[in-house]
Amino acid sequence: MSATSPPTSTVTSRSRSLTPNKRLVLGLAVCLLAAGVFMLANLSGNLGFVLELRGRKLAAMVLVGWSTGVATVAFQTVTNNRLLTPSIMGLDALYVFIQSILVLVLGIALVGQVGAYPMFFLNVGLMLLAASALTSVLFGKRSRSVYVVVLAGLVLGSVLRALSSLIARVLDPSSFMVLQDNLFASFTAVNPQLIWLCAVIVALASGYLWSMRATLDVLTLGRDAAVSLGVPYQRTMRRVLLVATLLVCVSTALVGPITFLGLIVAAIAYQVSGTGRHTVTMPMAGLLGVAVLVGGQAILEQILGQATVLSVVIEFIGGIAFIWLVIRKASS
Amino acid sequence: MILVSGVTKRYGKTAVVDDVSLQLPRGGVTAIVGANGAGKSTLLSMIARLLDSDAGSITVGDLDVATCDSRELARRLAILRQTNDLQSRLTVADLVGFGRFPHSGGRHTATDRAAIEQAISWMNLHDLRDRFLDEMSGGQRQRAFVAMVLAQDTEYLLLDEPLNNLDVAHAHAMLTTLRRAADELNKTVVIVVHDINYASCWADQIVAMKNGVIRAVGSPREIMRRPLLKDVFELDIEVVELRGHRIAHFYLPVPICANCNSANEACCLNRGVSEPVPLTLRPQVAS
Repeated sequence: MSATSPPTSTVTSRSRSLTPNKRLVLGLAVCLLAAGVFMLANLSGNLGFVLELRGRKLAAMVLVGWSTGVATVAFQTVTNNRLLTPSIMGLDALYVFIQSILVLVLGIALVGQVGAYPMFFLNVGLMLLAASALTSVLFGKRSRSVYVVVLAGLVLGSVLRALSSLIARVLDPSSFMVLQDNLFASFTAVNPQLIWLCAVIVALASGYLWSMRATLDVLTLGRDAAVSLGVPYQRTMRRVLLVATLLVCVSTALVGPITFLGLIVAAIAYQVSGTGRHTVTMPMAGLLGVAVLVGGQAILEQILGQATVLSVVIEFIGGIAFIWLVIRKASS
Repeated sequence: MILVSGVTKRYGKTAVVDDVSLQLPRGGVTAIVGANGAGKSTLLSMIARLLDSDAGSITVGDLDVATCDSRELARRLAILRQTNDLQSRLTVADLVGFGRFPHSGGRHTATDRAAIEQAISWMNLHDLRDRFLDEMSGGQRQRAFVAMVLAQDTEYLLLDEPLNNLDVAHAHAMLTTLRRAADELNKTVVIVVHDINYASCWADQIVAMKNGVIRAVGSPREIMRRPLLKDVFELDIEVVELRGHRIAHFYLPVPICANCNSANEACCLNRGVSEPVPLTLRPQVAS
């Protein structure tokens, strides 16, 4: 078979030899390796304290990486595009805007007092509300050109960012400092109570998407074929969009925005899975998300000596990957 | 039986399908023909609930397509539209397996596997079954999609221009398959075709549409007449008979005889002249 079809890249030609399940095991092994390195490298000082600190960070990264990867694949399937993620469509700008508004309206004193749980639910609730309004407008009726949706997301993003920076200008310096702290994705300052809550939400949402995997497979054929095969299209689309958005909202509310993480891991997952079936691509993207975050953080902390923040590196690489994907799609 | 009554579809003020009523009996191959924009694909899409109609009702068997359970309908009726590009990496076997989704969701039973095998062998896809669709030619992909709707194993099979992208040999094989599906498996096959000669030679019934309305319904012999074709396609096409089938010769330039400067019945073209008759595109001014 490989004799008749020219290998498109080294990845695909090698890919033929491994079954999708073996690849998932490989992905899991990479995750475990990264987690092991992250937890155990250069242990010194008070072991209990260091391990607890690292364990908490690791848990946050696993949650964020997994939910971002899984959510992005599901989102891209129901919107029938491989370029957009909830984050790129303006969910991150929305997060920044909501944070700014909260600090402006409530003041830092109150924001500090509200407590972790109410703040978390407020964030997730507001983002979910706005994001589902946006997605139902953009993907509600007939399928729209991906470019229209990208454009709408970009315009919306810049409007929200402009508003946020306006708010930042009128804030007093100390409020501004608090706001800045909230706006950068950080795994160090995660509230341990929230981790358990997020773990439950992520597990439930992942379970739902897993139960939909056969339907998602059919949806990759596009709307007409899916309807022809008896998929209740509007209902499925609404639910999957809602759950995918929830996953991204949860991880954003937990650590802050990492815009391009989902795009990178989903794009790699499609390449290395060796199949388009969601039984493989969804967990693969989740595992890759974990591997990228945990592995990247381990390298940053242990080799580069905390030279920069991981999210900055991911945004840099992810931004380039996004441009490359747009150009490749435009030329095909 | 598919029953279409008073169905209308409007985009803005233009009615693409205008108050169409049609009865398609069970069994046989029906071909819908007509010029571009006649409303053929729109009508087909509405029958298969891919498009909502603005007025009228459509029933397939005892199911009203507007209100019935989508999955229930998917076990009775399959539609294949022109294949668009795929986002995902799927093999032929994956794709054909999707045809069983209305029957068993994602988990295939022995019946499902048998149906998949049968569809693959009907479309002659054995050699290609593990190939990825994005590494295949347009025609091969087309055949894989037809195999998918065959695996769906429905009474009604609707195909929107199934001959697009196919060379003559594969178009022929496709028509043979559809004919066999109707004759051997008792399926009701409805196709939209552009080439009226395929409709004439392979279908049991032809529906001719123009400007959103149905101009004529009948056997190929009834439809393939010069005045009717002129009305439907706005082109004067000579129709000749070959081995019991009527063939429209739209390949020729509008055949005007250079001898008598006319294309009517009285022309020397129609009088069995044995030597070649010179043809021209315009009548020549008599010198």
